[in-house]
Amino acid sequence: MFDVYKIRKDFPMLDDKNGTRKVPIYLDNAATTFKPYSVIEATSKYYLEDSANAHRGDYDLAFKVDTEVDRCRANVAKFLNANKTEIVFTSGCSMSMNLVAYGYGVKHLKAGDEILLTEAEHASNVLPWFKVAEMTGAIIKYIPLTQEGRLTSENLKKVMTKNTKVVSVAQVTNVLGFINDIKSLAKIAHEGGAILVCDAAQSAPHIKIDVKDLDCDFLAFSGHKMCGPTGIGVLYGKFDLLKKVEPFMTGGGDNARFDMCGNVAYLEPPAKFEAGTMNLAGIYGLDAAITYLSKIGMDNIEKYEEELHDYAISKLKTIDNLIIYNPTADTGIITVNVKGVFAQDEASYLNSKNICVRSGEHCAKLLKDVLKTVATVRISLYFYNTKEEIDALYEALKNGGNFLDAYFS
Amino acid sequence: MPISLDANMMREIIMDHYSHPLNKHVPNDLTSYESIRMDSDTCIDDITIYLKVENDIISDACFDGVACAISTASTDILCEMIKGKTLKETRYIIEQYENMIFEKDFDENCLDELVAFVNTHKQAARIKCATIGFNGVEELIDKHK
Repeated sequence: MFDVYKIRKDFPMLDDKNGTRKVPIYLDNAATTFKPYSVIEATSKYYLEDSANAHRGDYDLAFKVDTEVDRCRANVAKFLNANKTEIVFTSGCSMSMNLVAYGYGVKHLKAGDEILLTEAEHASNVLPWFKVAEMTGAIIKYIPLTQEGRLTSENLKKVMTKNTKVVSVAQVTNVLGFINDIKSLAKIAHEGGAILVCDAAQSAPHIKIDVKDLDCDFLAFSGHKMCGPTGIGVLYGKFDLLKKVEPFMTGGGDNARFDMCGNVAYLEPPAKFEAGTMNLAGIYGLDAAITYLSKIGMDNIEKYEEELHDYAISKLKTIDNLIIYNPTADTGIITVNVKGVFAQDEASYLNSKNICVRSGEHCAKLLKDVLKTVATVRISLYFYNTKEEIDALYEALKNGGNFLDAYFS
Repeated sequence: MPISLDANMMREIIMDHYSHPLNKHVPNDLTSYESIRMDSDTCIDDITIYLKVENDIISDACFDGVACAISTASTDILCEMIKGKTLKETRYIIEQYENMIFEKDFDENCLDELVAFVNTHKQAARIKCATIGFNGVEELIDKHK
């Protein structure tokens, strides 16, 4: 039974300490999320009880850390329905995407090859590919979106050519919150001889992911957007493909042996990509986060967030001067503007009402075709948000036109 | 202008300069202007400031770009105020304004409509908005030292 009020007790950031502390109405979960005690305790456990380096198992303590890292990797693998050898620990989704771009893209793409993205991608899934294009002569193309801003299989089919080598898209887009059908997109990419790279930063925290079912070739996400610590993330890659990826960072711990003549024998994936001392406390925390989410159940999380999203939309759409850009989003991302108010001014006003949201601007083409505005206010929900918080948001946005109130209160 | 200015008047000043800025445009004769792009790394504000300086006097000041109400209004008022002033006078206004923003003693007589931003410190996240134009003008006139 999903009980949001019980769940909230797991989060110190949501504890008002018997009325002595102001709890923020936190609706910026697409940026980062709060952490439950279990994650904070697991992270501390590394420093309090298990402080030693991995890969150095000459003594019991170090062996224990090795064993724990191995167990965490297996936990992540289970969460994604992957094999343990296909899970690479990184610093976050950005590093994961860069590893694919530099390690696979730069190594295997050549002039004239095509990389397909969409105009709704986050910078982390655009800028690394710009670098690949710059370094190899490959060409970036954009899969057209529907008027609503969705990516469809039909539109991917239309732009696939014999030169398409990489299709790199988000499973859930960070501004519009639509779920892309990665399984169909991967099938089309594979039929055309391309790989499918999936940016799961906004999906892994919210929906169940089965990489075998999706059949994506690479998948990347961050720990901190799913109740885990900052500075830890994951790259999943099919093992045969990971073998073809160049390590984009080299050093201690990723090679079996080398000599001064330049002969190096790298370890097999994933160790090949994990040079240097990893964020071990972060790995402990990510493990606890995944255990925590799994215990609640990703299906329950998705179902509750959908319910909360629909509740929010039903209330917000009654506000006359509020523009909702994605009322039909599949996840808890709601992108809005109060008519005549600059997004940043509205976000500041909401801040004065103890509500945390993000204002931001978007890629020029996306805003021109879909949003038709320079900047928007993004409200992003998570499973610990409540209907009462939505009510407070509604009350604040109802008077959102008086944004300068915040400045003079 | 006395600081006893009430909140409604301050609000009107800000809304007026935000909705109908007097100096938000790119100058026609770009070559006789010096400019600086102020692209905030923490928010959306991204403005370019243009100054025309002749014999240590600012003969024209304007700006353009994407910006919120606080940054648009504050930059617009500053541009309006410094036209015809010497670099030294401009420096003094900027210094006193920054003193006000950071809650130090300040000379309110020289700030005119800029006192509308006296409450900025209550919303720390807006300090950047209220000073982005001032920092830009300051950088430009510092080149004349």
